[in-house]
Amino acid sequence: MLVPVKWLKDYVDIKFDPKGFADAMTMSGSKVEGIEELGKEIDNVLVGKILKTEKHPNADKLIVAQCDVGNEVIQIVTGATNIKEGDYIPIAKHGSSLPGGVKIKKGKLRGIESNGMMCSAQELALNLEGLPEDMLDGIYILDGKYPLGADIKDVLGLNDAVVEFEITNNRPDCLSIIGIAREAAATFGVVLKYPKADFKENNENIKDYIDIRVENSELCPRYMARMIKNIVIKDSPAWMQERLIKAGVRPINNIVDITNFVMLELGQPMHAFDYRDLEGKKIIVRNAKPGEKILTLDETERKLDESMLVIADGEKPTGIAGVMGGYGSEIKDDTTAIIFESANFNPVNIRLTSKKLGLRTEASSRYEKGIDPELAEKALNRACSLVEQLGAGEVVGGSIDIYPTPVKPRKLSLNIKKVNDFIGVRDITGEMAMKYLTSLEFGAEMAEEGLEVTVPTFRNDVEGEADLIEEIARLYGYEKIPAKLMDTTFTQGGKDNRQKIRDLAKANMAAQGLYEVVTYTFVSPAVYNKISLKAENPLRNAIKILNPLGEDQSIMRTTLIPNMLEVISRNYNMKIAEGKFFELSKVYLADELTVEKLAEERETLAIGMYGNVDFFDLKGVVENLMDELHVDKYRILPSNNDSMHPGRTAELLLNNRRVGFLGEVHPEVLDKYDIPARVYIAEFNFEEILLQCNMNIKYKILPKYPSVARDIAIVVAEEITAGQLEETIRNKGGRLVEDVKLFDIYRGSQIKEGYKSMAYSIVYRSDEKTLSEEDITRVHNKIVNSLINQLGAELRQ
Amino acid sequence: MKETLEKIKLQSIKDLESVQSRKELEELRIKYLGKKGELTQVLRGMGGLSPEERPVIGQLANEIRDYINEKIEETSYCLKRKELEIRLNSEFIDVTMPSKRKDLGNKHPLTKVQDEINQIFIGMGFTIVEGPEIEKSYYNFDALNHSKYHPARDMQDTFYFTEEILLRTQTSPMQVRTMERQKPPIRVLVPGKVYRRDEIDATHSPMFHQIEGLVVDKGITMANLKGTLDVFAKRLYGEDTKTRFRPHHFPFTEPSAEMDCTCSACMGAGCRVCKNEGWIEILGSGMVHPNVLRNCGIDPEKYSGFAFGMGLDRIALLKYEVDDLRLFFENDKRFLAQF
Repeated sequence: MLVPVKWLKDYVDIKFDPKGFADAMTMSGSKVEGIEELGKEIDNVLVGKILKTEKHPNADKLIVAQCDVGNEVIQIVTGATNIKEGDYIPIAKHGSSLPGGVKIKKGKLRGIESNGMMCSAQELALNLEGLPEDMLDGIYILDGKYPLGADIKDVLGLNDAVVEFEITNNRPDCLSIIGIAREAAATFGVVLKYPKADFKENNENIKDYIDIRVENSELCPRYMARMIKNIVIKDSPAWMQERLIKAGVRPINNIVDITNFVMLELGQPMHAFDYRDLEGKKIIVRNAKPGEKILTLDETERKLDESMLVIADGEKPTGIAGVMGGYGSEIKDDTTAIIFESANFNPVNIRLTSKKLGLRTEASSRYEKGIDPELAEKALNRACSLVEQLGAGEVVGGSIDIYPTPVKPRKLSLNIKKVNDFIGVRDITGEMAMKYLTSLEFGAEMAEEGLEVTVPTFRNDVEGEADLIEEIARLYGYEKIPAKLMDTTFTQGGKDNRQKIRDLAKANMAAQGLYEVVTYTFVSPAVYNKISLKAENPLRNAIKILNPLGEDQSIMRTTLIPNMLEVISRNYNMKIAEGKFFELSKVYLADELTVEKLAEERETLAIGMYGNVDFFDLKGVVENLMDELHVDKYRILPSNNDSMHPGRTAELLLNNRRVGFLGEVHPEVLDKYDIPARVYIAEFNFEEILLQCNMNIKYKILPKYPSVARDIAIVVAEEITAGQLEETIRNKGGRLVEDVKLFDIYRGSQIKEGYKSMAYSIVYRSDEKTLSEEDITRVHNKIVNSLINQLGAELRQ
Repeated sequence: MKETLEKIKLQSIKDLESVQSRKELEELRIKYLGKKGELTQVLRGMGGLSPEERPVIGQLANEIRDYINEKIEETSYCLKRKELEIRLNSEFIDVTMPSKRKDLGNKHPLTKVQDEINQIFIGMGFTIVEGPEIEKSYYNFDALNHSKYHPARDMQDTFYFTEEILLRTQTSPMQVRTMERQKPPIRVLVPGKVYRRDEIDATHSPMFHQIEGLVVDKGITMANLKGTLDVFAKRLYGEDTKTRFRPHHFPFTEPSAEMDCTCSACMGAGCRVCKNEGWIEILGSGMVHPNVLRNCGIDPEKYSGFAFGMGLDRIALLKYEVDDLRLFFENDKRFLAQF
């Protein structure tokens, strides 16, 4: 909402200091987004008249002009071609300033003295829109005779500022100069002056000219009209044009400008029909007929449906109610009689219509926020008063007002103790509350414990006591409310177990050199093909968004793997040599989404790495995480997965339940992500990990007795895994085996094809005594025997 | 015999002076003090001395032995020093050569700021709770006092799955879920992802993060709202931070306020970050609307409360002076490693 300060001052007598005004208005609830101080940088630019022009003796393209600036005649050399003797122009004298910090000084041009500068519109930072061609390139020539030497800022209305307000959608009443003026009056404690709204009517009756009918009062609670005749269409006066332009509306002609002026001033959209164009001299407010069409002012054909309200004449729709008039019904240069419409429409219906048609106008955006029906009459009277003031026409006697159910102002009671308690102060009295409310045009009377309040009809947002408290609090001043910590019940804050374990997992991942990533939770349905999921893979069963931003963001992810591969692809292709990443976030699962059973939002951990790493780096990261979270019974066993390298993939089992996988990504998948390097990823159901975390940590006694290491080298068939060998060693060794380390694998000469040599160091220790040579040998032999018997191993000498 | 001893002493001084290594020194020690050493030989010959001579010569021999011993110790120490010096000199490294660092790893900047904010509120007795992102429109809008035609409900602004199920547009639905589940006193902080139908650009993202707060108890006032959020702002941006509460409008709070903080980049003087205003908008807040309390079965005549909500991404942008929101979701390692 743009508010020119001069216009505002028509209704409130305030001193305008930009910062003070902005702060005070913002703090009382009308947020100032910005202030444009017009002409702020212009100084000492005056109205001058060109008395005489001569050619410059030394330059073909320059002119030497003598200009009268009131108290003196000064000589100016210029290259402008659009000026002539007798023109009134803005002159920047020696020592003057122009926008952009430009300083004008006298000097010589090709030997001839020049004591100032004639200004163009651009140099004065004027609005260039609608300027004639020669003025765009040349000097700005004033449109009339002004006092010579007058300050150009006064002449061009540049002694003004335009304030931009942010209006929240509960305050449609503030989408008007008068609404802002009302807030300013309450803020600064001054009186609000309403504009003149009286006028003379002729002795005819509008009802003899037009018949108006409202068929749907639900969608049109009020319809008012007046007629103006003997109209002469011309430009509106400068003061009106200036105000419209500064408020962001282009002047058209006197009648259209009056409707726009009233809309900006009071907030009521108005429409003017050319009386000639109303077939049958009728206006009918009705629902559109099925399939009915209308060509709107913007020369677009609109297809209407029965839910939409139209303004029709005896024959056809002439406008879409509250949205846009029909093409051809607008005011023309030879219009002599008009009907002014000042109506109220149902906000929801306007919103739906405007949405269905994809047509949002100044009028519709105001109607859809809700307008006070009482305003229709005030606006109509104001428009007629302006017609009279501008000498634009003659107001026909009488008005038409179809208003079957007038709105009643809401009554509320207000308890003053509650006001103080709620705000947290003690000093707000009934009198103060009354003063605040009445300054906002609420009615208020003292009652037993407080006030009986009448809410003005333009404040439909005020529905209860809490709303009244807000009105009082904001005028009392939020800044005066003390800042107090809560001294009510003590509460014990904190995180739950899930949150703590999640923090621990993230900290652990970071400590292992991984960077946390955050990615979008909606993805393209194409990702499943990209990661080579088979057609029957249940992960393809994703929840679809009805109205996604695009196909690429249309489903809720069921796996984090595609996001992780995107991250790695991005980093790899940024020429970053290596990277390790993790994401701990949600996947969204549902066979069928219903209100009774929303989606399962499953926390999932994804790990991804590339660069100088292999599978065992990834496995180490996973094992460290399991240790951090005190997950004891986990196993990592060979497995497979649609997206993964068939020989380099494992699954993580907790308590024999599969909770995810880790491994090297299938080269075909990597191809699709444009990553020509090996990538290792893992994905785990974090919910399952949470279940197995044992954070009840108890200390284990440090060993008292020495350990003894025995090395063993065996030859086994390729298909025997290290996991099997270690499991056998630990099973047979029992509690005496403290550690098993694989320290060498050998294939080649001396080892037959299809076999490998594996060397282990087995560490023996007892927590009861120092193990003797015999103790160790006994266990060691047991282990060796079962390796030989169960796994077909041969001892390597 | 005395002469012999004196001679040994002189000879040992000479020998020790010219010794070059610890091996030579050990040889010398054996030569003089060893079992077959020269001094030992002399002492063995003491049997042939007269009783008068014996103590005199014995004392002299002991003195000389001690003397040689001491000299050997001294020389040994010097030799060790010398050897160490040689070794240290030979072990020079260029400490300006590159290190053998591994990637440090890091939590995402959004997580870091989230952690910081969580801690501030936990300190004030808030419990962290979380809720579903795929939410009923009842919780996201109706129960929060949004009219049936509130513009935020538009398909244009909100992602829907069905007419009644959507991606939450705010963390506020957890206000309702919390109040339905728990009776006052309530003090919760709700961080989480939220979604709005905005195209991605430098300041917008269809997915972003909010942090919601809710307090409900007997006797909660607007002064408490100001007090709590003022502490928060000071903890987050520093003790010198000032706050300003401006009237605003939200459907589910009344009265409502937006909180600005003095710009941490210029301390309120006005700069590029705060667009010369000196203030930066940080959060929306207000007293819980009586309709919302009623919707959750809490009697607004008995209880009151306040709620607030802030954008984590925006706070992180301001904190780290990041000028493009997209960087948070692109996950370039060179970006992630900076925090």
